[in-house]
Amino acid sequence: METKTKDHAALAEAFIKDEEHVNWHDGALWWIRQKRDIASKQIPEWEALREAASQIKSNVLSNLHDYLLQFEANLIKNGITVHWASDAEEHNRIVYSILKAKEINQMIKSKSMLTEECHLNEYLAERGIDVINSDLGEYIQQLDNEPPSHIVLPCIHKRKEEIGEIFHEHLGTEKGVSDPTTLTRFARRHLRNAFITRRAALTGVNFAVAETGEYVVCTNEGNADMGAHLSDVQIASMGIEKIVPQKKHLGIFLRLLARSATGQPITIYSSHFKKPREGQEMHLILVDLGRTRQLGRPEFRESLKCIKCGACMNTCPVYRKSGGLSYHNTISGPIGAILAPNLDMKRHADLPFASTLCGSCSNVCPVKITIHDQLYQWRQVIVKEGFAANTKVLGMKAMAWTLSSPGSYARMGRAGRWVLNNIPFAINNKLNPWYKQREMPDGPKESFGEWYARNQKENGSDKK
Amino acid sequence: MTVGLFIPCYVNQFYPQAAIATLQLLQKLGVDVVYPPRQTCCGQPMANSGFEHLTQECNDLFLENFARFDYIVAPSASCVLHVKQHLHSTEDQALADRTRSSVYELVEFLTDVLKIDALKARFPHKVGIHQSCHGLRGLYLAQMSELNAVPFSKPVQLLNMVEGLELVDLDRPDECCGFGGTFCVAEEAVSVKMGRDRVTDHVKNGAEYITSVDLSCLMHLEGILHRNKSAVKAVHIAEILNSTM
Repeated sequence: METKTKDHAALAEAFIKDEEHVNWHDGALWWIRQKRDIASKQIPEWEALREAASQIKSNVLSNLHDYLLQFEANLIKNGITVHWASDAEEHNRIVYSILKAKEINQMIKSKSMLTEECHLNEYLAERGIDVINSDLGEYIQQLDNEPPSHIVLPCIHKRKEEIGEIFHEHLGTEKGVSDPTTLTRFARRHLRNAFITRRAALTGVNFAVAETGEYVVCTNEGNADMGAHLSDVQIASMGIEKIVPQKKHLGIFLRLLARSATGQPITIYSSHFKKPREGQEMHLILVDLGRTRQLGRPEFRESLKCIKCGACMNTCPVYRKSGGLSYHNTISGPIGAILAPNLDMKRHADLPFASTLCGSCSNVCPVKITIHDQLYQWRQVIVKEGFAANTKVLGMKAMAWTLSSPGSYARMGRAGRWVLNNIPFAINNKLNPWYKQREMPDGPKESFGEWYARNQKENGSDKK
Repeated sequence: MTVGLFIPCYVNQFYPQAAIATLQLLQKLGVDVVYPPRQTCCGQPMANSGFEHLTQECNDLFLENFARFDYIVAPSASCVLHVKQHLHSTEDQALADRTRSSVYELVEFLTDVLKIDALKARFPHKVGIHQSCHGLRGLYLAQMSELNAVPFSKPVQLLNMVEGLELVDLDRPDECCGFGGTFCVAEEAVSVKMGRDRVTDHVKNGAEYITSVDLSCLMHLEGILHRNKSAVKAVHIAEILNSTM
């Protein structure tokens, strides 16, 4: 559950305490960023693909209403039952009613960040329905009762030894076993049983083709397929922004998605679902959950182009050093920081500030979302809406006042340098976060402005 | 051609030697340079913290000081980028737009406007380049490692003209140092961790000096180097290009 007690800075500080672990986390994600670089540089048309994908998504966002209706009509034609949900509660209620009608109390679910956002598992558990996450990473997170820390690599913050411990505790593997292959085989046996016995399967949706009424689910483990193919009732939950207009557009997005996410040329399974088998029921839930509100924000609507590849997380140095859970939101990292304030501005007011605005995220984004520009814009909105701390507001006003007057700026500068030179302990103390792990700059006797004026006078040239 | 020398507020106060090097270097290259004494700050610290609405007086002051020049040059990519992206005028936006397009970071002014192909500089040391993010991804001073595009680097182009200087290769050539404006204190733990990791990369690869087009990054890295009592020094690129040691 996302129970927020601390902000990003505090949670990140706690994560960083174990430096060896942070170095490992940073290295693991940097390795994936490098794989992404290699894969993207192997195809000469990479930048053209990004541009094409970005433009297709622009078209989708501008014509979303029409595409959704077209998609719905084709789904119905294909024999899929369509549901619309405006929020998490409505989405969860729909899933529950589908299961209840069939008297199903166990479901298997492949990776779906949307259902994480909706807290579907908890909702169903309260109503006596047990859900097993079938993606290995999400399965591990579920066993450990933690949300995913990364949208593609849900348990990337855990080392294999920790996972061995969790398996020992929950699944009864031998203590101390941490060999990934052994653990994976064990999980596989457990999940295999769930696949065979569970009558309902829920999947996420990567791409929904308006033209044909089919949807595509990408996994590396085949877990979505296994669940869906063995189920009597197949449910898919998707955010309304997942539309692509035509089937031929998939070629662009599938090539971008896997390369951006993990550096693979393609995900192992890119499965197209179009109509139910004989005797099977298929449902698709179209969920808004803040999407239309974001679509109405001109400076942030492009964030809805996101195809959830996670590349911005892997490249983000702040993410790599602070871990996904420090973002206290289902979608973490740079993209999470521009999506979350739309959902709850007060709760997520810290996230757009959890960035140095370095811009690497925008460069790796396969659909060219200008993430760092939007982080800057969110900061302006959050301050204007009154969610900045009072001390910060006062500090910024004082700074603006000082800097707007050359005289007061020069006096403050002289005073600052004098303090650094004469009473450094007034600044170099534990109240100064800069000084905690860094030295302050030396305080030169003379500013450049003072040097320049003196030099001009001494040289007799008084050019202004 | 008259150049207005734009010296960012913290450079003026804490790193006058970099500003002096910038002035002397431009003068050596035959440029007529004027330093308007009433300048303060571009307004970036407020804007990046979400207070862009408090920066109008900084904007007005900037225009008052600099609008009259053919070119405005600063030894700071970050401040230049801020002016290029955010300089506004409530009275004359056309003037602000014209001023925006006249602002240059020192390196790009040397490579793109003066188009210099030789320098009388000597700096016999191993140097690591810290790519400031605003210089790299904002002003496009070098190719960005994320893109599938032809490599180039304006800082390298200039540093290659310096006698005796040896550039070191880094494991992560364009990773952010973690300064990030108020980020460096608001997110102190992450900021310092990022800075430490950048320093380690330079030290590990044998750099004696870390240089950059931005002193804000260098101030942060230098703070970490000093705390670690490291022998490695941080130095602004203007000081290397102006060096005859």
